[in-house]
Amino acid sequence: MLRWILGGREAQGTVEKSAALFIGEEQPKNCFTEMQVLKGHFDIVRFLVQIDDLRFASAGDDGLVLIWNVETGDCLFALRGHTQQITAMTSYTFIRGGTAHTALITASSDRTLSLWDPDSGNRVQNISDLQSSVKCLLVLAHLDVWLSGGNELCVWNRDLELRCKMVHHSDAGISAMVELPKNFIAAAMDKEIVIFKLNLSGSDIAVMAMRHLADHHDTIRSLIHINDGLFASGSHIGELIIWDSVDWTIQAYEHILWEEPARDSQSEFKLNHQKQIERSIQHMSSDGEYIVAAVGSGLYVYNVLMKSVVAYRRTAHDSNILHTMLQQDSLMSCSEDGSVRMWELQDLPLPAEPASSGFFGMFGTFGRSSKQTGPPAKKIPEVPGLRSLELIGDLIGHSGAVQMFLSFKDKGLVTCSTDQLLIVWKDGELQSQLRSLAVFQKLEENQGL
Amino acid sequence: MIGSPDVVAFTKEDDFGDSFIDPCSLPEEFTVPLFAHAASANPWTKTSYAKFSKDFILISEFSEQVGPQPLLTIPNDPKVCGTFDLNYFSLRIMSVDYQASFVGHPPGSNYPKLNFVEDSKVVLGDSKEGAFAYVHHLTLYDLEARGFVRPFCMAYISADERKIMHQFQELSSEFSKASEFLKSGNRKAFANELEKKLRDLEYTRSVLYKEAELQKKNNGCYSTQAIDKANELANMEKSIYEHRDLLKQITSYPSRKKKDGDFVQHETEKPAETSVIDDSLNSNHSDVADKTVETECERRKSSYTPQLIKAKSAKCFDKRLKTMEELCNASFFHQTLEQLNTIEKSYRDDLCLIYISQIDRALLSKQKITSFLFEAERNSEFGGTSKNFSVSSNNPTVPILNFSGEPLSLDSYTTCIDVDHIKPGVESMEGRPDSSTSDITQETSEAADTETKGSFSSDKSIEAFGGVSPSSLQTNYFDGLERKSKVSIASPSENASSSLAVPQRTSDGNLVPVDAGCCIGQDGFIFEEPLLELAQECYGDTVVNREPLSLLQGDPPLQMDYILEESALAENPNMGLTFSELNTEEVAKITIEDVSDSTSFMSTSTSSDRAVSPFTYGSAATLKQKKKAGHSALRFIRQYPFAHQAISCLLSGRTLVILGVDEGTVRKLVNALFIFIPNLGKYGETVQPWLSSPFQLTDLQRWKLIGLQRAASPAGSSILHSLNRYSRYISILDCDSKTLRCPPYKGTLVSHLADHRTQIKRGSTYFLHVQGMLTQLTAKAFLYTFCHHIHLPMDINHQGSVTSRRTNFLLQLGYTVEESKIVQYLSELIKRHYIQGSSKGANQSFCFNYTTSYLYKI
Repeated sequence: MLRWILGGREAQGTVEKSAALFIGEEQPKNCFTEMQVLKGHFDIVRFLVQIDDLRFASAGDDGLVLIWNVETGDCLFALRGHTQQITAMTSYTFIRGGTAHTALITASSDRTLSLWDPDSGNRVQNISDLQSSVKCLLVLAHLDVWLSGGNELCVWNRDLELRCKMVHHSDAGISAMVELPKNFIAAAMDKEIVIFKLNLSGSDIAVMAMRHLADHHDTIRSLIHINDGLFASGSHIGELIIWDSVDWTIQAYEHILWEEPARDSQSEFKLNHQKQIERSIQHMSSDGEYIVAAVGSGLYVYNVLMKSVVAYRRTAHDSNILHTMLQQDSLMSCSEDGSVRMWELQDLPLPAEPASSGFFGMFGTFGRSSKQTGPPAKKIPEVPGLRSLELIGDLIGHSGAVQMFLSFKDKGLVTCSTDQLLIVWKDGELQSQLRSLAVFQKLEENQGL
Repeated sequence: MIGSPDVVAFTKEDDFGDSFIDPCSLPEEFTVPLFAHAASANPWTKTSYAKFSKDFILISEFSEQVGPQPLLTIPNDPKVCGTFDLNYFSLRIMSVDYQASFVGHPPGSNYPKLNFVEDSKVVLGDSKEGAFAYVHHLTLYDLEARGFVRPFCMAYISADERKIMHQFQELSSEFSKASEFLKSGNRKAFANELEKKLRDLEYTRSVLYKEAELQKKNNGCYSTQAIDKANELANMEKSIYEHRDLLKQITSYPSRKKKDGDFVQHETEKPAETSVIDDSLNSNHSDVADKTVETECERRKSSYTPQLIKAKSAKCFDKRLKTMEELCNASFFHQTLEQLNTIEKSYRDDLCLIYISQIDRALLSKQKITSFLFEAERNSEFGGTSKNFSVSSNNPTVPILNFSGEPLSLDSYTTCIDVDHIKPGVESMEGRPDSSTSDITQETSEAADTETKGSFSSDKSIEAFGGVSPSSLQTNYFDGLERKSKVSIASPSENASSSLAVPQRTSDGNLVPVDAGCCIGQDGFIFEEPLLELAQECYGDTVVNREPLSLLQGDPPLQMDYILEESALAENPNMGLTFSELNTEEVAKITIEDVSDSTSFMSTSTSSDRAVSPFTYGSAATLKQKKKAGHSALRFIRQYPFAHQAISCLLSGRTLVILGVDEGTVRKLVNALFIFIPNLGKYGETVQPWLSSPFQLTDLQRWKLIGLQRAASPAGSSILHSLNRYSRYISILDCDSKTLRCPPYKGTLVSHLADHRTQIKRGSTYFLHVQGMLTQLTAKAFLYTFCHHIHLPMDINHQGSVTSRRTNFLLQLGYTVEESKIVQYLSELIKRHYIQGSSKGANQSFCFNYTTSYLYKI
């Protein structure tokens, strides 16, 4: 029995099959050599929101919102008030009296919305008479208002006063919202994207639905802002659509199928019964030029400017990927398998090499008309500049699904998980240097030892 | 009257030799008394002809009824003193008492005056008996005693004169504490007694007054009875006045002492009943004293019914004198006994051992920054002495071995020397030479004379070495502090041939008080002092009959010895004694050879060396336990070829999981390895010796050594799952299949630390070896931590230069990349400890590396 414990190489299934995924214990590029476990939650932790350079808030199914200091790992405040799980959380920075204030907005299944002051830990405002629970929040900084989306779309000002409300006819509420130029909002409602317009006439705000974009064939799982001109949406069956922010036309349409090579299909099927989920675009993130989409347990990197796939990996994790982050040439993903993996985009030595390892259907369409046409191509065209996604490190610590992570750049990376823990991962070398600095500072203060 | 007491003055060190400082020599604090290489090889042979087998403390009283008499000994075991004549020795020690206390009617005063005298501290030797004693005289107040005082003395009696001489100040300060307990208890008891007496007197006066009135009425004012009654009444008035005055005096005892932290602590410890008196004592010392006493009396009236006092008190020989316990408050008396027991425990060992532990403590106290890493909690080591050590750390009293070499401040000394120094004391000090005029001392000397005249006149062997009066202490000690007090004798002795004293030349050219012969038997040690002085005198002329062992020269032979003994050990383990062992167990073994006292710390550690009692989580990890663990560690090293890897894991902070089916085996391994864990914690918090549930990530943060149960149950499989999941953070030692999975280690440090071919046979020896190596490692880690240039880039852009400087630095320390992980880990611990202090409450982060592990098999 001990054999498999000790022999890392003979670990199971997927790892064994795709040997490249097993990075082992030697990870020279992984700088996270220090961790700090933060305990405080009693249930799944789902949300992390950065408050400023030092602080962040965590929230989850226990209805508790905790504010932490990322450097020391101290829990600064426990914000209590919600009786049920938190469904959405965002921070809201505004200028009052010449100084910037940051407030924290939380929404819960108990149909309340709360506004918190993270400096004092006080609940500033609370709205409890909502008709439905809020699923998403969007701050419009330039209008100094924020929106809550659920079965109804509400517009609030900074003092949590309702400015405008719009009830939908649809059963499925708004699951995600992005801001578009000229006071337009795109909201994902089941299979549709609805474009709303905020009309500002004096102090009054009115919301008006402008258009319904019904190009997805299944529920939209993610909706993100790419840059000023583009936004993207991903659906449950692997459809990725890049939209123009101004005229709401389709700029690109990708249907990611993750087709199996014939030989492997049997075993692959055994491991992953639910093929549909496998293709669901759970999360997307973008740096303005590239999009990374978490498709099932795979990763898909797309260049929106070139409208071409940059890199992909069908099984990047052992289980569904829940959150991704893109930073220059490296990206990070966390998954239900409990790990966070760090990837690097590397140029391929042989251009066509990765094509054989996996297939994906792809054809670009420009405009609505052509979207239903034709079966997906069986082979990838020789895409120039196709790169590979190389695993450079993984962070193992959580014993449950890693729900989300939040990067504080040099100060570290915070992960939250189903196992009720938060972990701050830090650069050990940097921390050591910081401690040395602190030591020498104290030496100076004490005038010697 | 008793021979001629030779007063040994603590003279000031001569200034010669100060100019030359050998730059290469070791700092003085590392001075370990070397064994003088005399022809007779075994330094441990017991040559003492003392009639007692080990040191003890004797409390005696100079009773006004029967003269000097022993009261009790500590330890309270007749075997300790053997055939030693306690009565005789009590006589000796009481006879040197000067007792400058003048109690009674001083000239110009009509009523008795209490003197708060200082205790006197003398060293007394009786070469015939082979006994040497530190004698601490004190007086307690007793209303029924002559002059209201009862002279007592406490004596620390040892066969080793050097111990008494060299530990004089330590003994003095420790005994002063004991004396202080006694006296403060006594003051309260005395005040109590006075109050009762006053009430009696007042009651008697009122009765007398009534009687006198009656007499006047019946017989007229001038009848004899009436006059008698009037006289009686007047006497009573006077008596009341005197007693009131006494009460005022005793209650106005300055509250100065209260400031003493130690004292306050003990004050607060005593029961509430006494603290009531305490309050009254405190408040009384103003002008309103009488008033408060009065109210106090009223308050107490309910509990005490005054008695009529007869005009004539009983003859002094008829009455029963109060016992010591009665004289003091019971709780204070027990505190005193506790303190004396502590003294006995901490000084019972060989002088050499005391020195080493003193050096050890003094050095450790300087290492506050790193001592948390590998040093055991010292407080628990000596049990009861912890209190006493913590106190002495407040006022540094390591005077004989003044390591820093810098003179201690005057203030710190007054705390340990003067005891009862208050205003009346000054006059008593000045009047000390005339103390023979005081009736009490006259009495005692007379009594002594008459009782034991014959033996006295014939006996010339009694010398009072260093009759250190408080006043001479004050002056001489301060002078002598820079000095390393040199003991010289006033009258040169005629026999100086057998001296073994070896003045050691140290870096600053001073003679060190630690003389090399401290471990030798007692031949001729009486004559050591004169020779020492002689040696000093002809220092420039290079006298022949001393071995000029400087520390530098002294080191190689020591080393050689060590090797020699090591090799001898291989052939005959019973005979060979390794150096480190000599220091601990064997010494103890020899010095207390005949003593059946198995409670002795050292002897137990010897006997239980093989019976390994496993380290238990939650209890304080003592040095004793660690020594025992040395044996298991030694066995582990011999048994497992991958011991190096396992130890390097522990040293570099990688959690080691010991996996096994059998709890005993796992616990044994845990017990063998816990001595290598840095920052073990006072209670071994970083060790989990037996765990039967899956561990969590947070556990890895907490525990650095985990004993884990391997079970076939579902729980077992989840344990294995957690092992697999966190495999990158842990090393796994499987004691069933005898495998170790951990990162490789090829360095030399651990191979020195844990050489499986080591000649060391004993667990405690091995532990000391480990301790030595780890101390060295700690020192280097300390250097590494506090060197600025290897941590911070001089230029932000040159990050690489820091790395190379770091590598070079480690190379200079003799460490390769293999060791760098260990040093780095220790360094991080030191940094954290330094920044946060010892507070462990903070949520610590946990460091690790991404390195490949290998599987090692046996």
